[in-house]
Amino acid sequence: MSLDWLIPFVASTAAAATPLIFASLGELVAEKSGVLNLGVEGMMLVGAVTGFAVTLATGHVALGLFAAMAAAMGSSLIFAFLVLTLQTNQVATGLALTLFGVGLSAFAGRGLVGQTIEPLGHIAIPGLSSLPFFGPLLFQFDPMVYLAIAAVLAVGWVLARTRLGLVVRAVGESPHSAHAIGYPVIGLRYAAVLFGGGLAGLAGAYLCLALTPMWVEGMTAGRGWIAVAQVVFATWKPRGILLGAYLFGGVTVLQFHGQGMGLDIPSEFLSMLPYLATIIVLVLISRNPRTILLNKPMSLGQSFRADA
Amino acid sequence: MSRLEARPEPSRVMMLASPLIAALAMLLTGSILFLLLGQDPVHAFFVYFIKPLGTAYGVGELLLKATPLILCGVGLALAFRANVQNIGADGQLTMGAIGGASVALAFPDVQAGWLLPLMLLAGMVAGMAWAAIPALLRTRFHTNEILVSLMLVYVAYLFLSYLVHGPLRDPDGFNFPQSKMFQEAALLPLLHDGLRTNAGFVLALLAVAGAWFFCRRSFAGFRMQVSGMAPAAAAYAGYSEPRNVWLAFLASGALAGLAGVGEVAGPIGQLQPSVSPGYGFTAIIVAYVGRLHPVGVLLASLLMSLLYIGGESVQMEMQLPTAITGVFQGLLLFYLLAADLFIRYRFKPRRPAGAPVAPASGNSPAAGAAAS
Repeated sequence: MSLDWLIPFVASTAAAATPLIFASLGELVAEKSGVLNLGVEGMMLVGAVTGFAVTLATGHVALGLFAAMAAAMGSSLIFAFLVLTLQTNQVATGLALTLFGVGLSAFAGRGLVGQTIEPLGHIAIPGLSSLPFFGPLLFQFDPMVYLAIAAVLAVGWVLARTRLGLVVRAVGESPHSAHAIGYPVIGLRYAAVLFGGGLAGLAGAYLCLALTPMWVEGMTAGRGWIAVAQVVFATWKPRGILLGAYLFGGVTVLQFHGQGMGLDIPSEFLSMLPYLATIIVLVLISRNPRTILLNKPMSLGQSFRADA
Repeated sequence: MSRLEARPEPSRVMMLASPLIAALAMLLTGSILFLLLGQDPVHAFFVYFIKPLGTAYGVGELLLKATPLILCGVGLALAFRANVQNIGADGQLTMGAIGGASVALAFPDVQAGWLLPLMLLAGMVAGMAWAAIPALLRTRFHTNEILVSLMLVYVAYLFLSYLVHGPLRDPDGFNFPQSKMFQEAALLPLLHDGLRTNAGFVLALLAVAGAWFFCRRSFAGFRMQVSGMAPAAAAYAGYSEPRNVWLAFLASGALAGLAGVGEVAGPIGQLQPSVSPGYGFTAIIVAYVGRLHPVGVLLASLLMSLLYIGGESVQMEMQLPTAITGVFQGLLLFYLLAADLFIRYRFKPRRPAGAPVAPASGNSPAAGAAAS
């Protein structure tokens, strides 16, 4: 049996998984510090439109990626100020950030619709990429695919093995104890939210600089929300995000390859699969409330006021 | 934060003033935005906020666009009061539109009076059915209702897209992805000749009155609000948590579904690939700005509706993109959340050293809005 279909399938799976990895990983760090940011979708859109505009203007994808991170971090700063300094409700403020990001990106991107750019190039890893079959299968992606995997490993290592990671987790589990022994709870949470914003921006930029090299209004199509859901089914563990994102990448790609593989199903139903899969996986993981209770950062979603 | 101190009790004045402060801050930011876009801010302000209301037709449009916002917003306000985070109203609205349209398209030759009520009923049932999924998954499997209800929005959009491209497409419609136009009996009657405002607005007002009565006068409404505000007290009193979740989802789903029928049986008159420019999401802002109070929702809907038609007005007159509406909406919610700080806190009066300072409260579990 020929395995030729596998190479494009894996390539598009990796491309679909990469933005999810970045966005979920950023959200995971924010949630580990105790902040639930439901604005991922909005931050991704802000990042996407900025990344596309800057790339279009300068011709440099790298500049676009940096600009996307900066812009999304800026939008996450609004959220952080409201939630951390003004102590607003995290759910409501996150929704506000998403609604604002959707509006702002549509507004800012009005002149970009229909423009195209040269998408992010692929790199062939010297040596490995010339292997028969495995070379094209695993070693000829664009650099962001590898960067996403490296980021998961790095964040996992920092959270589990370093002092910084320990402090971030302490702030998320028990902000009052962390504060009592002298850690800057609010400062660390600011940093975690900004980190999440930067990665969401990268995720958004990847969509319009690599996945589909153009800007379309609302092009994230719920990926930001899927990223939030993924943190839950990864049970707040970075390696779970890697697994989840590739699983979802595969499901997403099914809608493009499904009809080619002879599935006689209207394309709309195949497009529903990622959303339905998200619901099903959420149900499976939440079925036992203890799974969530044991893994969720204890102070997730609660405001913290140092001078109490 | 050192300049702030907790109030002994939440301020009622700020509770009502906060939406007004937010609206003013939004207008101010909007003027600056217009300035940055190279427009005369006074003229832009006039075109955006005043001119649309200068004609009877404009006021009619205001009420027309407010209708789905009121219906969805009242439902979401009920749900948020019960601490049920239904953010999938746009999906429930879409399914409601599909439900109502299916009835109209199933009886293309009927001109009888029972058709419209049946459509409204079908839309409400469809909206409820869609809302029942997150309710079931939350009560049965503890699944987060925010994510489930949101995912179902995209599923509903895709289902609508499938229907208008496939089974419900008008066979004589030159392959356009839309259904047949509805017959006269399947359309909501207009309230006034020359205006597009229809009987849906009356239904929306009835929903406001009904929700007010439910919250203030009924035991079921009381139970639901206690469950939302003080889950422990509700559990101690023996109020059922699952029943609270179901009630909140079914009520908000039914109202969103009704809003969906109102769109297809009103200004649209057929089923199209998109039946809502995100009314279900705007209704989230409406619910918060309206302080989760039915009458507040009514007023907030009118403001949001003005943002929509003002956006169209500046597009026609000044070639500014309508997307500016979304920016204004997002800003409004940001400002509201920030202004709500002063419901629970106030600036410290300057006093001599050593004067007693009220102790600050610790965590704030819910938005100040939820405390209404």
